Amino acid sequence: MSRKLLLEHINVPGIETYDVYRNHGGYKSVEKALKTMSPQEVVEEVQKSALKGRGGAGFPTGMKWSFLAKPEGVPRYLVCNADESEPGTFKDRYLMEKIPHLLIEGMIASSYALGANTSYIYIRGEYYFVLEILEKAIAEAYKNGWLGKNIQGSGYDLDLYVAPGGGAYICGEETALLESLEGKRGNPRMKPPFPAIKGLYGCPTVVNNVESIATVVPILNIGADEYLKIGTEKSSGTKLISACGNLARPGVYEIELGLSVEEFIYGDDWCRGIANGKKIKALIPGGSSVPILPAHLITKTAAGETRYMSYESLSDGGFATGSMLGSGGFIVFDEDQCIVRNTWNFARFYSHESCGQCSPCREGTSWMEKVLRRIENGEGNMRDIDLLADINKKIEGNTICPLGDAAAWPVAAAIRHFREEFEWHVTNPQDALKGNYGLLKTPAITL
Amino acid sequence: MISTQEIQAKRPPFSAEKLEEVQGVIKQFPEGRQKSAILRVLHIAEEEFGGWLSPETMDYVAGLLDIQPIEVYEVATFYTMFNLEPTGKFVFEVCRTGPCMLVGSDNIIEYIKKKLGISKVGETSADGMFTLKTAECLGACGYGPMLQCGKTYHEHLTPEKVDALIEEYRAKYSSTNSQN
Repeated sequence: MSRKLLLEHINVPGIETYDVYRNHGGYKSVEKALKTMSPQEVVEEVQKSALKGRGGAGFPTGMKWSFLAKPEGVPRYLVCNADESEPGTFKDRYLMEKIPHLLIEGMIASSYALGANTSYIYIRGEYYFVLEILEKAIAEAYKNGWLGKNIQGSGYDLDLYVAPGGGAYICGEETALLESLEGKRGNPRMKPPFPAIKGLYGCPTVVNNVESIATVVPILNIGADEYLKIGTEKSSGTKLISACGNLARPGVYEIELGLSVEEFIYGDDWCRGIANGKKIKALIPGGSSVPILPAHLITKTAAGETRYMSYESLSDGGFATGSMLGSGGFIVFDEDQCIVRNTWNFARFYSHESCGQCSPCREGTSWMEKVLRRIENGEGNMRDIDLLADINKKIEGNTICPLGDAAAWPVAAAIRHFREEFEWHVTNPQDALKGNYGLLKTPAITL
Repeated sequence: MISTQEIQAKRPPFSAEKLEEVQGVIKQFPEGRQKSAILRVLHIAEEEFGGWLSPETMDYVAGLLDIQPIEVYEVATFYTMFNLEPTGKFVFEVCRTGPCMLVGSDNIIEYIKKKLGISKVGETSADGMFTLKTAECLGACGYGPMLQCGKTYHEHLTPEKVDALIEEYRAKYSSTNSQN
């Protein structure tokens, strides 16, 4: 069985309450940091652990921390990104809902490292019920002296608050999140300056994902050396995977990075294969923004090597034959599914969620959505397929934030790997209208 | 600018308890940054004032936060959770994004439409009880199909569960109304 660092005690009854959490080793990382480590030593420990940001981009957390500006007399902020909105991703919600004190403990240790005396958890508005769980846990933490003035007699002060969003995917982008936290529309900011220099209220700010912050707890508890022994050489530690789509047992799993994709999909400890005994057709391994993989590239790379759940193995082959670990939103498609319909569905998502600030994204995402809807409904022509590729190129790299890229890449990948399916919709308009390509053609490859 | 008193004349103010909650939210942010409280205050206002944000409600929130009404309008119109028109007593927001679609959200949406006797998403049932909306990914991908109603997630939906849910909300409504 794989080692668990975050979800070890997730099934302990009452783990959401302070007493049970504390009895299971809770708040030890804060004790250790406050009593035996300087803030700089905590930063160095996290750097040494090689923890990569768990929100999707995979930027090293410790390095992000090291960029934080520290001008005299200016407050610094830590903001937790709990805006989890990437389709296929629901791990942060699971963690916050089931074991809220783990995030709070991580927030205290991380805020101490960064020298922040006020920190915020920005949570998507739809998770208002989770906000209430977090606030209850925060009140317990205050009551027990882990928040507020002079925490555990250390002289360190920290106030922690939770702020809800209002329903906008774009607020998961860190500068849009900061705009939203300032009470404005979630329009991403031009960078530079990066938040580490000018973030919340123009002050130096670090924005980290929920899982990244929670992982600081085990890193401090077991030490970076021990943490580095878990996972692979390039992907240290464990990762929460949100497994969904047509799986026999979907849900949130904590894996040691480096587990084989085959074991994760079919293993008894994990997803137990495809639902209803069907065959796998495709996989999106890291949330809707990453390239889709056809069946023959899921458990093996193009070079015929075993594919593993790690940053390096999932991206093996680049965008041509690989994908990305991303947020760990692991979406599985069975043989009955239609790739065109799904690509259109995600295109509609991005068009709906574009903030409208940059023309290539605002116009391009809705144009792609229209073209894909046309193809899906049997009203497309062959030129439309190339038109999509052309729109893609015009969005990619031409926008302030990566939402444009996130919208473009999945469409490009779907056409790359499933072009015949797009063409079939054009040449068989009557059938395309009748139902799902997958159900009509059953093209899934047997593994 | 219209004075707070004038706005309050048109729009009932928050109860003392809610006003205290709002003051608490404002205090979470540094002095002069009370605008940061806007999203939370709008959520509270929507819940308090009939499930939607009327122009009067938005003006009232602007007064509370000491900002211009336009600053509230631009925020309220940007974020999709806020209803800018009256809705039914309960709003069903069904997730329609990829992972939910893979497990049958399209069928659930069709079923709810039929069940409520409405012809398209966005409409309200004739008795004014239920409004059907669709939402983009609500972070319940492993437990779909699903819908959100108020602050509650209802997951692993089937037609039978939808039937039960509608009954449950009807019962909830009649019991709160008979108490009043």
